[in-house]
Amino acid sequence: MPLAVQFTQVSRTFGEVKAVDQVSIDIIDGEFFSMLGPSGSGKTTCLRLIAGFEQPTSGSIRIHGVEAAGVPPYQRDVNTVFQDYALFPHMNVLDNIAYGLKVKGVAKAERHSRAEEALAMVALGGYGARKPAQLSGGQRQRVALARALVNRPRVLLLDEPLGALDLKLREQMQGELKKLQRQLGITFIFVTHDQTEALSMSDRVAVFNRGRIEQVDTPRNLYMKPATTFVAEFVGTSNVVRGELAMQLNGSPAPFSIRPEHIRLGDLVVTSHEVQVSGLLRDIQYQGSATRFELQLDSGQLLAVSQANDRWQAQAHAWQPGQRVQAHWPREAMTVLQETEAR
Amino acid sequence: MSTLRSLANLLYRRPNLYLALLLVPPLTWFGAIYLGSLLNLLWQGFYTFDDFTMAVTPDLTLGNFAALFNPSNFDIILRTLTMAVAVSLASAVLAFPIAYYMARYTSGKTKAFFYIAVMMPMWASYIVKTYAWTLLLAKGGVAQWFVQQLHLDGLLQAVLAVPGVGGSTLSTSHLGRFMVFVYIWLPFMILPIQAALERLPPSLLQASADLGARPGQTFVQVILPLSIPGIAAGSIFTFSLTLGDFIVPQLVGPPGYFIGSMVYAQQGAIGNMPMAAAFTLVPIVLIAVYLSLVKRLGAFDAL
Repeated sequence: MPLAVQFTQVSRTFGEVKAVDQVSIDIIDGEFFSMLGPSGSGKTTCLRLIAGFEQPTSGSIRIHGVEAAGVPPYQRDVNTVFQDYALFPHMNVLDNIAYGLKVKGVAKAERHSRAEEALAMVALGGYGARKPAQLSGGQRQRVALARALVNRPRVLLLDEPLGALDLKLREQMQGELKKLQRQLGITFIFVTHDQTEALSMSDRVAVFNRGRIEQVDTPRNLYMKPATTFVAEFVGTSNVVRGELAMQLNGSPAPFSIRPEHIRLGDLVVTSHEVQVSGLLRDIQYQGSATRFELQLDSGQLLAVSQANDRWQAQAHAWQPGQRVQAHWPREAMTVLQETEAR
Repeated sequence: MSTLRSLANLLYRRPNLYLALLLVPPLTWFGAIYLGSLLNLLWQGFYTFDDFTMAVTPDLTLGNFAALFNPSNFDIILRTLTMAVAVSLASAVLAFPIAYYMARYTSGKTKAFFYIAVMMPMWASYIVKTYAWTLLLAKGGVAQWFVQQLHLDGLLQAVLAVPGVGGSTLSTSHLGRFMVFVYIWLPFMILPIQAALERLPPSLLQASADLGARPGQTFVQVILPLSIPGIAAGSIFTFSLTLGDFIVPQLVGPPGYFIGSMVYAQQGAIGNMPMAAAFTLVPIVLIAVYLSLVKRLGAFDAL
């Protein structure tokens, strides 16, 4: 498969700080690739390395097979949607979108018709004459998207573009972005700290932690088969069991993860395929579609348990805090993890 | 204590009263002392000055304002205006790179150093600085020595021979006067431009490069348009300060009045307050015209 972007042993240090540390990634042409991680994990620096705003301290970056070292941003066939949108305040929406074409010397008539087309693509037809200050956050975000896409880049970089939008709008834009990417067939590289966003939109996700990559995988594998303790805890909620208890429950001292929704509460018939524990209910939180329980095992380990409220009738759960309950889960629901060493 | 408390409560409940109490002293100052005296001065421009008795009588006339258009007076206005425009342009050109460097490439201690370096000349008395410049530019002074060391005497003589620019020496030339003006007003241009560039988000420059603009295109399309309010603010300072100045034209450059020195001479030596008042109106009108031009060019749209 042709590669859109290839990182080989890339590092970027700022003084003493290793923002990006020996990162190697292959991003396949035409995929929706997300870089997920907490702030300061190096994901944005990686994006800026691709855009050309930063140069790697060591290692090699290839964009569509061409070594990117020393190539300035204005000569790269990539475009960026900035976190703060970075729309030019002194230009109207149409001139903002046509900017990339203008500086490349595209004739006025053509660049205006292409800008109008891009504006229609993001459902903002007729907004061309407005100034960015007259638009809402969601509209500015669309203009920033149109401004990048009008140049027909082979790779589109998106730096937390939905971060400033409210929840409803964000969910709507997630769907639109994904649809746009499928329709255009170009590579999207999407930086986010929101794991739900990364899971719902991406073909593959790279999880960043302290400048390194913990795991690159499909959203499903990332959730179901996390490789490290960091991934298990950062992507979704997870119970990570370590040491003696892990030995007792899983037959191995290696840490393992069990998702809260894979645990069942109650005295059901337990087969040999299941692991059973008992403990005290410390806390119960009703969350609408699910109820979250906090269970303290006899070893002191806390387990988060989530039970879907999927019956239409009010469930007759008589669970009370302080009550002693049984909990069990299938053996195959446990995923053995590699301990993420503290750096 | 309780009266204080009830007063505080009263002011809290009536924010307009609070606002009025805060605004009355500065508005009184501004209205009565500042605008009032200015209007009073301009009003005297309508009084009559008797050339024989040297007395001012409150007989209203438009003669003083009409006299502004006498060839000799109009010459003064034109000379001052030309100098103000030239000084503003040169200051903008000189100030921009310094301001750009300060805003984009310095931080912390380096930035503080630049602020001090830009403002330090303003801490010294401006008359002293002007006198110092007359010595620097005088025949046999430092400037001439430099020119000689560079073997550029011929060039200097050629420049000094140009009418309207030159003079017998640098310190008595229009060029010398222009240099001193630019030196003295430069900080007033650097700081507003620097402030405008400081507000320019770096992501805009990155977005421009990202969209394929070469650095030169980014400068013309993004940096320059967004720094125009700063340049406009700076040029309002350099333009109006040059229009009103009366020290530099007396100490440096060829003989001949500027608006400022004319006002000084009219009201000081001659005692012709009405004519001085009429001349005072000139910079006010010129600056008003300049501001409306700048506004029409859209310089304040981005504010």
